[in-house]
Amino acid sequence: MKVALIGLGSVGRGVAEMVAQKDLGISITGIADSKSGFIDDAGIDLSALLEKKRSRGFCGTKKILAPDVINNADYDALVEVTPTNAMTGEPGLGYIRQAIKKRKHVVTSNKGPIALAYNELRALAEKNGVALRFEATVGGAIPIFHTLEHGLAGNEILAIFGVLNGTCNYILTRMADEGLTYEQALLEAREMGYAEADPTYDVEGIDAAIKLVILANTIWGNGVKLDDVDRTGINLLTPDAMRLAEDEDCTIRLIAEAIPKKGFLRVAPRIIERNHPLVVEGTLNAITIETDMAKQITLIGRGAGSTETASAILGDLLFIRDRYVERS
Amino acid sequence: MIVLQVSMKLEMKDSPGQLVAALKPISDVGGNIIAVIHQRDPDASDGTLNVQIVLELPEGRLDDLVTLLKKQGVHIQRIGEERLLYRRTVILIGHLMHTDLSDTVDRIDSTGFAEVSELSMSMPAVNERSSSRLTIKSVSRGNMEEAIAILRTVARQKDLLLIEPLEESA
Repeated sequence: MKVALIGLGSVGRGVAEMVAQKDLGISITGIADSKSGFIDDAGIDLSALLEKKRSRGFCGTKKILAPDVINNADYDALVEVTPTNAMTGEPGLGYIRQAIKKRKHVVTSNKGPIALAYNELRALAEKNGVALRFEATVGGAIPIFHTLEHGLAGNEILAIFGVLNGTCNYILTRMADEGLTYEQALLEAREMGYAEADPTYDVEGIDAAIKLVILANTIWGNGVKLDDVDRTGINLLTPDAMRLAEDEDCTIRLIAEAIPKKGFLRVAPRIIERNHPLVVEGTLNAITIETDMAKQITLIGRGAGSTETASAILGDLLFIRDRYVERS
Repeated sequence: MIVLQVSMKLEMKDSPGQLVAALKPISDVGGNIIAVIHQRDPDASDGTLNVQIVLELPEGRLDDLVTLLKKQGVHIQRIGEERLLYRRTVILIGHLMHTDLSDTVDRIDSTGFAEVSELSMSMPAVNERSSSRLTIKSVSRGNMEEAIAILRTVARQKDLLLIEPLEESA
């Protein structure tokens, strides 16, 4: 299968490295980063290209940009892994539309376009007879969408509960285990590279809320938006509150929760029993699915990381290959 | 349906079959035994047996139970009735004293169907936000949801952070 890769940050590099390293029957014929692009219909020499990116900061020639790669390269599926913009979804949203209109399958890790325009993109993909997959948008390496679609096929999904932001979970774990203040734990998370210089997006629960929107739209098709999420962050938590919870064999974690029958769509710090399966350590993510037949299933895994995210993207690509590409 | 939790201390003759006979009326009135604490008092030389029982009972059946127990020759030493059966713990963070904590508690207590049964609080330096843990009891699950909804409103009005427990099962 031939793939075009747009975006060469941490996730894009992870995908390129794993495609180069593993014998998966995937070849990358077009690549673009934010400044340049490169096309080779016979398959790009990935280690040479990654070396160029490392040494000079861009991967191809500056005459070729992402839209050129999407238009002109020879590929079956587009892998779109540009940075998330929660407000506009761009530039990823435009790239995804462009590829689908060219009847290419799309795999993305970009939360912006899926949270903002899932219904539109799904309809567009259906109309063009291609697949749109986004396993990497929620829960990193956790195969949540494959589990929901295939493993739990035929079940009615009643509710979803999740620890969907590794940065918050790390901060809360450290506050609980070491009695740190929120500010101390945040500083530590920054030093460890788990938190951005501006942590707003994570600690105010926006990132978790976007992921919850994606889950809700995919499962229930209810067209909810980021503004519909009742959202409280972790930035006002005190060590005393944490201790008061711990005194009762509980702790506090940032939980994203969707229960359509009760009208709940919220992200907030919650009191939760210490031995609850959603209480995971450090930057891990966890998702509990509640269904009519299977009852409760909890998946735990790494919510971020270059190779971990590549795992979700390659899973989507190989699913598309088996389902669509080899038959045609 | 409102369910009461009742604890009873019973005294009966220490002879075979007595305990079973004393427990039977509980199921006869639709009660559910939660615990039986059965202890022979080493000082009791008069051949009696003291048993503590904790049970759940539909409201309005307690008098029937007492009558049935008396008929069995069981002496009821003490009855403790607990009307509020649902229990939920929340945490509130903010300027709790400056925003009239007793009013916050009273907003729940004045409902008549729920009450704050425990309150633990930490107060750091004067102008810093304090944290408190409240245990709320209510007579039914629906009343508990109402009590929590009241707390949400109060928290919004007083700019307090309310941390609710995770209640699963949709």
